[in-house]
Amino acid sequence: MRIAGVELRSRLILGTGGASNLDILERAIKESGSELVTVSLRRVDTAATMSGGLLDMLDRCGVRVLPNTAGCYTAREAVKVAHLAREAFETPWVKLEVIGDERTLLPDGVELLRAAEELVADGFQVLPYTTDDPILARRLVDAGCAGVMPAGSPIGSGLGVSNPHHLQLIRQSVDLPVILDAGIGTASDAALAMELGCDAVMVASAITRAADPVRMAAAIRHAIEAGWLAARAGRIPRRFHALASTPDEGRPHL
Amino acid sequence: MKVVVNGIPQALPDGATVADAVRAVTSVARGVAVAVNGEVVPRAGWPGAALRDGDQVEVLTAAQGG
Repeated sequence: MRIAGVELRSRLILGTGGASNLDILERAIKESGSELVTVSLRRVDTAATMSGGLLDMLDRCGVRVLPNTAGCYTAREAVKVAHLAREAFETPWVKLEVIGDERTLLPDGVELLRAAEELVADGFQVLPYTTDDPILARRLVDAGCAGVMPAGSPIGSGLGVSNPHHLQLIRQSVDLPVILDAGIGTASDAALAMELGCDAVMVASAITRAADPVRMAAAIRHAIEAGWLAARAGRIPRRFHALASTPDEGRPHL
Repeated sequence: MKVVVNGIPQALPDGATVADAVRAVTSVARGVAVAVNGEVVPRAGWPGAALRDGDQVEVLTAAQGG
């Protein structure tokens, strides 16, 4: 898979949020095979920043960092955080999040597009966390984004892909990477997203908050590979009635 | 001079720079970004960026996030 000219072997993008400690997170990242891992930007003196140990650990894992703008509610705020993230992590890549409200954490499409336009003009490789609206996805691509990250369902909900049809419509209208983001609950959700035509799946809570994050990382890695293969293997059409797989021909007359 | 670094009032000597404010809260420079009164200060500019009384300084780094 290519994002912004960079070849990635893994189609799993891992979010680091929600892990109970760095050791489990490191083992989950290694098990996931992910080469692209998100981080957020917070004040240095909070527990969440783990005294700088997070970046050292990600170095050990050999993964590329994808900064997010989590917690931003306006384009203005998100653009500022993106610029700070570029300073901190020396990467022009950004997972652009502009949230609409606290209860759903769903994207605010108007602010998102505004921020995307500004960041593209500033030389960023923008991967916007968007809704499953195919028209908005196309508008984001037209604005110069490096791909789109439609939500399967609200962040952390574990509800999976709530509108599979819209995801297929996005796939049809966007030639750049489509990365299912948010809502994955377990491996089968990730497999479905890939079967619907996504290029990759972004997972945080489903792995980091699983009872056994390392095992779930392996499960979702396999599911993404399975879904990707299945999407290219040509599934059989759905039928209302049965179609025997064993031939009638040569059936014994008893 | 009094400035606010990450929401906490700090007394810094007159003439203190952004680099001094960063050192006041962390010994690590890698993976750190700074905004003063909401404006990004690029790393190369830290030693030359003089702070003024009342400045709001944000010193930020990587945290877990999805």
